[in-house]
Amino acid sequence: MAQTLFDRVWERHVVREEPGEPALIYIDLHLLHEVTSPQAYEGLRLAGRKLRRPDRSIATMDHNVPTDGGPVTDPLAKTQLDALAANCPAFGVPLYATGSGREGIVHVIGPELGLTRPGITIVCGDSHTSTHGAFGALAFGIGTSEVEHVMATQCLQQRRPKTMRMHFEGTLPPGITAKDCILGAIGQIGVAGGVGHVIEYTGDAIEAFTMEQRMTVCNMSIEAGARAGMIAPDDTTFAYLENRPASPQGAEWEAALDEWRQLRTDDGAEFATEVVVNVDDLVPQVTWGTNPGMVAPVTANVPDPADITDDEERQSLERALEYMGLQAGMAVRDIEIDRVFIGSCTNSRIEDLRAAASVVKGHKVSDGVHAMVVPGSVPIKLQAESEGLDKLFTEAGFEWREAGCSMCLGMNPDILQPGERSASTSNRNFEGRQGRGGRTHLVSPEMAAAAAVAGHFVDVRELSYEPVG
Amino acid sequence: MEAFTRTTGRVAVIDRPDIDTDQVIPKQFLKRIERTGWGEFLFWDWRLDQDGNPRPDFELNNPAFADAKILMAGRNFGCGSSREHAPWAIQGYGFDVVIAPSFADIFRSNCMKVGLVPVELPEERVRALMDAVDTENGSEMTVDLEALTITGADGSTVEFEFDAFRRNCILNGLDDIALTLKHEAAITEYERANPSRIDTLALEH
Ligand code: SF4
Repeated sequence: MAQTLFDRVWERHVVREEPGEPALIYIDLHLLHEVTSPQAYEGLRLAGRKLRRPDRSIATMDHNVPTDGGPVTDPLAKTQLDALAANCPAFGVPLYATGSGREGIVHVIGPELGLTRPGITIVCGDSHTSTHGAFGALAFGIGTSEVEHVMATQCLQQRRPKTMRMHFEGTLPPGITAKDCILGAIGQIGVAGGVGHVIEYTGDAIEAFTMEQRMTVCNMSIEAGARAGMIAPDDTTFAYLENRPASPQGAEWEAALDEWRQLRTDDGAEFATEVVVNVDDLVPQVTWGTNPGMVAPVTANVPDPADITDDEERQSLERALEYMGLQAGMAVRDIEIDRVFIGSCTNSRIEDLRAAASVVKGHKVSDGVHAMVVPGSVPIKLQAESEGLDKLFTEAGFEWREAGCSMCLGMNPDILQPGERSASTSNRNFEGRQGRGGRTHLVSPEMAAAAAVAGHFVDVRELSYEPVG
Repeated sequence: MEAFTRTTGRVAVIDRPDIDTDQVIPKQFLKRIERTGWGEFLFWDWRLDQDGNPRPDFELNNPAFADAKILMAGRNFGCGSSREHAPWAIQGYGFDVVIAPSFADIFRSNCMKVGLVPVELPEERVRALMDAVDTENGSEMTVDLEALTITGADGSTVEFEFDAFRRNCILNGLDDIALTLKHEAAITEYERANPSRIDTLALEH
């Protein structure tokens, strides 16, 4: 029978399946960080259990770490980081701690090390684990009880999710990014549009995307409510993985390639849900509300509740506009910003930094705007510095920071003050996400850079700039 | 997980769709490494103002909803972050059950693991139950996981569906890990048949 990419990966990982019970599926790679692991380690300890496969586990410090290069001053953050530093060796798990030179955002370092690869199952106590699906892996976020379950058994009890194909139809216009594609798609299907599904992204635009761009798309699958996002691996995938620190070498590499090339959706395979997103007329996207589905083209206006007939929808819109401090019907371009954050597991990779630096080059950050760049990992930071991107940013007035999650969720000191408004390349614009009372607008790295220079949103397609890096 | 069969108690209604887990338990509390004591932080930014005073307009501050055991909310409840701290906080605040037209996947799965019962009902049903709640004097309900029924104070009953496997786990307070470890032989056999090229220990670090 014709199979989808998801079917292939799922079926390879079923350890046991009984009618009426969730399947037991095997997990090839377990990623850990300081926030969602301490109670799981403690659970193992209380039950006297071992961690089954330390060789399939890897931990990093990302959510809490300060990015100003200074020590951790928040005592609670320090306790949590110390717990990870003590738990990992106690259970044999390799840890890429702050200062190790390889640390970074968990979803950035997995691919960077070559641990993320086609056809495997990956979990992490973090919803943006969907990022790794860009390589044709089945990768999804889990809660702390499940983290403990994977630690103890290397398996998960899972109901088989439904499949969705999201086909990006048409030709991507110049100046439109992967971030615009996925924001536009979420705007189309809504933040619950993907619930219960694993999405496979297809289409010419996807095939033309680099791995960094594909990761941006898959990263935000969870913002559409989906369990995971996947893209069939191809030569772009293989070229990215070749010679990564953990990638197979020599004959093993060749054998891996043979296997990975099979990971495709057959013609005629059926998906439970089909969605088509037309990208021909896509315009740079800016979120205006308090979830990623509340998004509009930069050329448009903020919606007006008076135009909405459905009561629930109208109330939700009114609440969002009030929180965001926006006038109904105002032009998106007239929204003025206080802060710019370029970073997060959505857009902190080398290409994202190059894209933002290209726009910034030769300009200055607008008066009164505080802008920062937070690379996704230490290797990315070093790479960017070797290309001189840090100089382009700092000369323009950006702060150039150490790697981490930073203002994506503000568990470290990088937060918005109440009422402050940011243009952010991250993935969530929920109330208070970047700091209590803070107002977040999600955009691409190019759009964030352009907003930093202008002090308000602008259509990046109207600027002329040369690619750097 | 503690066994749960049924609960009778007050109902609280937060009639908003897409309530995300960043609201349920804001990030500033996620640094705690304890498994308990999360209830006091539930809906912190919505419940309390900057000075720590209750916001009178937030639903959970309605005296008619005080000490509620059942939470009703709009569709796609629990979207966003995978933080299990969200069900920990809801439980810690005193709720046994959440009723909504739909739940986000990871949130639902986290609830099942900790024995917070997520009851999904068609939107009109939830709307009718919400409308029946007396927001001035409070209303009681019984949610029975064994009988799969919700009974209002007036005796009217609504049936609901629930994953049979998870229902059994919650009714009996079963330990998921122990259940899986019964299949240790199958896991070992899988590992033998599917050697992987992944070895995180082989990376120098
Ligand atoms: S960068 Fe943001 S979304 Fe990504 S793992 Fe860190 S906190 Fe989560």
